[in-house]
Amino acid sequence: MQRMISSRNYQLVADMDRLKSQIKSCDERLSDAVKQNDQAEADRLKQKKVDIVAQLKAKKSEYRKAESRALRAEINRHKYIYMMLLIPVVYYFIFRYIPLWNAQIAFRDFISLKRTGITGGKWVGLQNFKTFIGSYYFWSLIRNTLMYSFGKLIVSLPLSILLAIAIYECTHKALRKVVQTLSYLPHFLSWVIMYGILLSLLSPSEGIINDIIKLFGGTPKGFLTNTTAFPIIVILSDAWKEIGWSAIIFIAALMGIDGSLFEAAIVEGANSWQRVKYITLPSIKPVIVIVLLMKIGTILDAGFNQLYMLYSPAVYSVGDIIDTWVYRGTIEGKFSLATAAGIFKGVIGMTLLYVSNWASRKFTENSLF
Amino acid sequence: MAKKNTYNSVAVRATAADRVFNICVTIFMVLLLIILIIPIWSTIALSFRPPAYIGSYLEGMFLAPWKWSAGAYRALLGNQGFLNSFWNSIKIMSMGVIVALFLTIPMAYALSAKGVPGKKWITIFVMIPYVFNVGVVPTYLLISKLGLTNHLPSVFMPVALSTYNMIIMRQFFEGIPNDLRESAFIDGCNDLQIMFKIILPLSKAIIMTIGLYYAVAFWNDYMRSLLYLQKSSLKPLPLLLRDILIGTSMNDNLEANAFGTAPIEAIKAASVFISAIPMIIAYPFIQKYFTKGTLAGSVKG
Repeated sequence: MQRMISSRNYQLVADMDRLKSQIKSCDERLSDAVKQNDQAEADRLKQKKVDIVAQLKAKKSEYRKAESRALRAEINRHKYIYMMLLIPVVYYFIFRYIPLWNAQIAFRDFISLKRTGITGGKWVGLQNFKTFIGSYYFWSLIRNTLMYSFGKLIVSLPLSILLAIAIYECTHKALRKVVQTLSYLPHFLSWVIMYGILLSLLSPSEGIINDIIKLFGGTPKGFLTNTTAFPIIVILSDAWKEIGWSAIIFIAALMGIDGSLFEAAIVEGANSWQRVKYITLPSIKPVIVIVLLMKIGTILDAGFNQLYMLYSPAVYSVGDIIDTWVYRGTIEGKFSLATAAGIFKGVIGMTLLYVSNWASRKFTENSLF
Repeated sequence: MAKKNTYNSVAVRATAADRVFNICVTIFMVLLLIILIIPIWSTIALSFRPPAYIGSYLEGMFLAPWKWSAGAYRALLGNQGFLNSFWNSIKIMSMGVIVALFLTIPMAYALSAKGVPGKKWITIFVMIPYVFNVGVVPTYLLISKLGLTNHLPSVFMPVALSTYNMIIMRQFFEGIPNDLRESAFIDGCNDLQIMFKIILPLSKAIIMTIGLYYAVAFWNDYMRSLLYLQKSSLKPLPLLLRDILIGTSMNDNLEANAFGTAPIEAIKAASVFISAIPMIIAYPFIQKYFTKGTLAGSVKG
């Protein structure tokens, strides 16, 4: 701590302030002397001012030297920190900045690494973006992306709040523990595994749901290849997988509510419903707003892994989102176009993230960054 | 018997509305439990289906456990291609977690240290690519150029230092009082010693949490494996699982009748279950630590 204070050069700063105020008073007295036509006094003051300015200059350079010395000392003191940063910074440079550099192929006529290299293709300006935005699939990609992200938000957010409140209010300890444990678990399973589980439920030949339909005399359906059923399956399976995990943040907020609020409410005669309505929900409102804003910031991420796993050419019209399209474009070798689509999504995503962060700071005094 | 309320300092008789509330909560929880269990149970029951079973899938769910057959598991665990994929996934996960922690911990610690000149610039350097995402192609080109295609590290290297995880860890480190670091400084420790001897022992929860996040991400990865690992001998489990589930294009290593007499539905369900096993084993540990670790990081009091 000692070194940190001395490095601030308080003495030098105080000296400089004193000299500056002397110059100021000198100026005032000089203008007084000029008004009273006192030539001798004016000359004396002028001379004095020159002296002080010279002193100030010396102090300033001394201060700059001390500052740079202090900076060097600080850097030296933290040299191990810089050493620790070395490898991660190199990593960032290679795996984050080179891709940023590579992204220029969106503005070029890139053919392949061997034939043109990154910088070999000729500039085509915004041609790839125009091709992407003007294509017939563009609006269906946007519509599907927004349909899934808003659909998931509308279904999952209220359910996860409900789940958090139910877990918080549940009086059966064993039931609470089992539901809590089981509802978090699916978050850790991959979408391939989820696909396998969904097949055992939904497939026309081997699914349980279709067995139930047959039991009631209906005809079995291929849910994952039906354009009406597919979006519902996507949204519900996401809810099944993720609500437990999304509820954690609300449970944490509920745990933070001051218990005396509830006690006071009970004494005042509020029943459980009223306590939820007037204490629990208002208390977790800021968290709900933050979660909502975070979701808005990532609204173009509609769930690549899920859709890539569940969709098939039969449901491309309702299953294809920007991410899956970019991915197929990559595999098919349409690199420039796929990069343009990726950048398009990136720019909108960045804007939304910025706006939601700004809104979050404004409305909840709590920002993500 | 009057039902006591849960708040210990006030004991009030539950009113009719309170009882209705409690019943509603219980019903909701039980319903949820059923919805959560059915898909898991149907997969487990299916995986143990005996070879000559005739009957619908619905009936299969209620098949008594003593009629179950572990044939599908025996077939899978005796299959070279399946074991090879499992081993690939284990390799990707363990190498990935080691590399990821090796990169994430020092950076999180360095960015949590106070009074480091230039820290602001490094933070900006880190945040620019995090905020501005250019998609999958530029990274794909980088991996091809580095010659990492068809090597297992291509799966974890592009995401080995996740900015998000690093920030969570940094927030945890920032919660440790700075006085500890300063006093260790005065006693003559350098930052490396401080990190290993003081900070890391205090941060087991967050290191476990972040390590498990990485492990889950690498184990479950599908997209990068599909892009970068074309050789069938390198296929990790999720890719093989997808092949098995679709059932049309079998992996080169898995011949059509590689699984003997076990029914193909049972094989599918069993491979789903085996893929989930490492996550199910890791899960109690995740649960133990994530409430401590993540919540300390993400929900600042």
